[in-house]
Amino acid sequence: MLTFSIKRLISAVPTLFLLITVAFFLIRVAPGGPFDSERALMPEVEANLAAKYHLDEPLIFQYGRYLWQIAQLDFGPSFHYLDWSVNDLIAQGWPVSLTLGGLALVLALLVGIPIGVWAAVNQNKAIDYTVMSVAMIGISVPAFVMAPVLILLFAIVLGWLPAGGWAFSFDRMVLPVLTLALPMVAYIARITRGSMIEVLHSPFIRTARAKGMPEKEILTNHALKPAMLPVLSYLGPAAAGVLTGSVVVERIFTIPGIGSYFVQGALNRDYTLVMGVVILYGMLIILFNFLVDLLYAWLDPRIRYEDLNEGGP
Amino acid sequence: MKTLFKVIAWLCVASVVACGGGEPQDASPEPMALSEPVEVTLNDQGQPSAEVLADQQVLHRGNGEEPQTLDPHLGEGVPTTNIVIDLFEGLTTTAPDGQIVPGAAARWNISRDGLTYTFYLDPNGRWSNGEQVKASDFVWSWRRVVAPETAATYARMLAPVANAEAILAGEMPPSELGVAALNDLTFQVTLASPTPYFLGLLSHPTTFAVYPPAVQAHGSGHVRPGRLVSNGAYQLHDWQVRSKIELIPNPHYRLAEQTHIERVVFYPFEDENTEFTRFRAGDLGWTYQVPSAQFSWLSENMDSALVVSPWFGTYFFSFNLTRPPFADNLALRQALSLAVDRQLLTERVTRFGEMPTFGLVPPGLPDYESPDIDAENMTQAQREALARSLYRQAGYSESQPLTVELRYNTSENHRKIAVAVAAMWKEVLGVKTRLINEEFRVFLQNRAQKRVTEVFRSGWIGDYQDAYTFLELFHSDHGRNDAGYDNPIFDDLLERAANERIDARRRNLMAEAERLLLADQVVLPVFVYVSKRLVHPRLKGWQSNVMDRHPTRFMYWVKAKPREDSGAEVESN
Repeated sequence: MLTFSIKRLISAVPTLFLLITVAFFLIRVAPGGPFDSERALMPEVEANLAAKYHLDEPLIFQYGRYLWQIAQLDFGPSFHYLDWSVNDLIAQGWPVSLTLGGLALVLALLVGIPIGVWAAVNQNKAIDYTVMSVAMIGISVPAFVMAPVLILLFAIVLGWLPAGGWAFSFDRMVLPVLTLALPMVAYIARITRGSMIEVLHSPFIRTARAKGMPEKEILTNHALKPAMLPVLSYLGPAAAGVLTGSVVVERIFTIPGIGSYFVQGALNRDYTLVMGVVILYGMLIILFNFLVDLLYAWLDPRIRYEDLNEGGP
Repeated sequence: MKTLFKVIAWLCVASVVACGGGEPQDASPEPMALSEPVEVTLNDQGQPSAEVLADQQVLHRGNGEEPQTLDPHLGEGVPTTNIVIDLFEGLTTTAPDGQIVPGAAARWNISRDGLTYTFYLDPNGRWSNGEQVKASDFVWSWRRVVAPETAATYARMLAPVANAEAILAGEMPPSELGVAALNDLTFQVTLASPTPYFLGLLSHPTTFAVYPPAVQAHGSGHVRPGRLVSNGAYQLHDWQVRSKIELIPNPHYRLAEQTHIERVVFYPFEDENTEFTRFRAGDLGWTYQVPSAQFSWLSENMDSALVVSPWFGTYFFSFNLTRPPFADNLALRQALSLAVDRQLLTERVTRFGEMPTFGLVPPGLPDYESPDIDAENMTQAQREALARSLYRQAGYSESQPLTVELRYNTSENHRKIAVAVAAMWKEVLGVKTRLINEEFRVFLQNRAQKRVTEVFRSGWIGDYQDAYTFLELFHSDHGRNDAGYDNPIFDDLLERAANERIDARRRNLMAEAERLLLADQVVLPVFVYVSKRLVHPRLKGWQSNVMDRHPTRFMYWVKAKPREDSGAEVESN
């Protein structure tokens, strides 16, 4: 297990390096620059700005300078939010996205898995169809529809909750967490149902049933763990996504997370900010995929990384 | 199964309401009740009398996007300016009606040749830490603006000052700038050439003073809460990026006793509908804009809060004069301009009372009169008849129609206007228009390069109250002359206007320049912008003005008029 972990972590380095390189040159290829505006700059000012941010150097020098900076964990100054560095912006925004995404994730798991299991146990019955149809709607209704409807209902018509804005308080978090969690609940429920049905038809469950084991125990002791494998595969990238914020939810609820930086940063040609959030997102994906692999081994006794790596028993 | 259908039906209805572009009255029958204000009475100092003022004086303002910076020298854009003019005060400032009035400088002298301005600072001027605002602070600040390493985006506001351009180019040290502190309270500026609109420039944030010790100590981080020292009516209390910026009164401000709002919070909104929802929910007293698709709902349900007033800006399209089909084809440009029914467009498409126009400089300037334009005095039918004959004269006809690309940056409003214009060209002349929308910076680059553009969206909001801010865009050397207009007579008129000291002559030179520009049909003006926002009816003290500047220090909340049916009303703001 340990060798596997070390190998995986070492292999993450070239992956990240590749990501940084591709992202760095891709955003520079986009037409226009961070200081373009409808107001014309004096040529002298343009030159001074370029010098201040080293944009006058050859691109490969800038790339080298950037690599050296991030090696010291300094993501540089933002090109658009002039008073802040990218480190400042991520340090302020990420806790917000992390809280929101984390809560949504927990909620999605707590609700999605039981619903999926329930539907699987009642396969092809009315309950199953109802739950899965509702889940399908949950997946199909996009956040930019769900969020305004929730605001209209709970904030404007009923007046129970604030219409937006952010604070680490229950009333401000309910609607955004709900909006984020709903599609995930639906996904998780559908995946759980599918894999649960498959597991319940597998030989080892039949054996357990034949031995006279109560159905409830079969479910919790034998079926649940292997049925979680596909959920886990979904969860890795989904968690990385939801923990780095959501553009739509942040826009509609005016939440100062880092999700909007992906879009605003790109539109503003805020090179350093885009790089900062891309690297963060990349690292999270790598990290979560690694965790998922570790959990696989725990959930499914057939998976043994040492054995695979060391040529089998 | 029945419940399922109900859920589906409900969601369908909900999604239609939410994103169908419809107006929200279907979803909530009762709009937010806005309380009515009591009659405002003023005391002898022109201030609101104590008995009409509400107990709570906290203002929540929607403020567009997150400001780029709160450093007055680096800032750009309206959201930044809105906050910076609350925090800082320039030598001159603006009254509620937009007039330029004394600010940090109590009075000033202008030398006979118009080259030397001597400002006498208000001896009561104080920084938020209690220190006196000195002439040397302005000297230090202006040198900072022009120093190349500051890279101030709006440094050209100081370009009229002697040696400014050489310093910006790195050819002279900043200490050579034409500014001097004659004593603590006397600040003298020497200009390179007489600039009649110079006083107007002084209300622009780039010309404000910053507190030198704070900048020296913290560099670009001097604008953080706890560090920022400012000389305006307010000081920075809290700043949470993309969440809120909170200001509290500067107790040392020279007119501190006339500041009524005790706390003003600016909120950034990336989405106009979100801001609108927050206003409806009672979270905001002042919005930055209104959703443009909801005019009729707003005027029916929130008439008392909807404020629409003329703005110092023009929406127009430009022709690329360096490429076919518009190069050397005046008749074609005229035909396209005449074929656009501006009246119809503003009534049916933009809908907020925008004023149709054939000119470039918006009306409302105290000392400028736009030239007469023939097209203005025709009926639309006459214009269209003339357009058709010009179109034929330009070499096109129904069998050989013009095919043209109309380019705009991605935005729902620009798209609607472009579609309408293309439809009018098609109907009147049979022109085939290809609409091209581009992401903003791609669009800007294409415009500037002039290699692919034919006719494209433009628009301009004046930087200072002078016709020159519009006309200079078309000088052959100007960096934003994306039409590629190059007319030596026009350039000469502008240069003479820039150096003319006598107002009436200068006015005539600029009007002549505008007349020439319009006669050459470099642009296709469509309408004069309006500023539009929602303001709580109980918020008073501000006035609509053409520059759309609204410092918080003039504002105050007044009490709600007691309702006849429900007795005394309690409402917090």
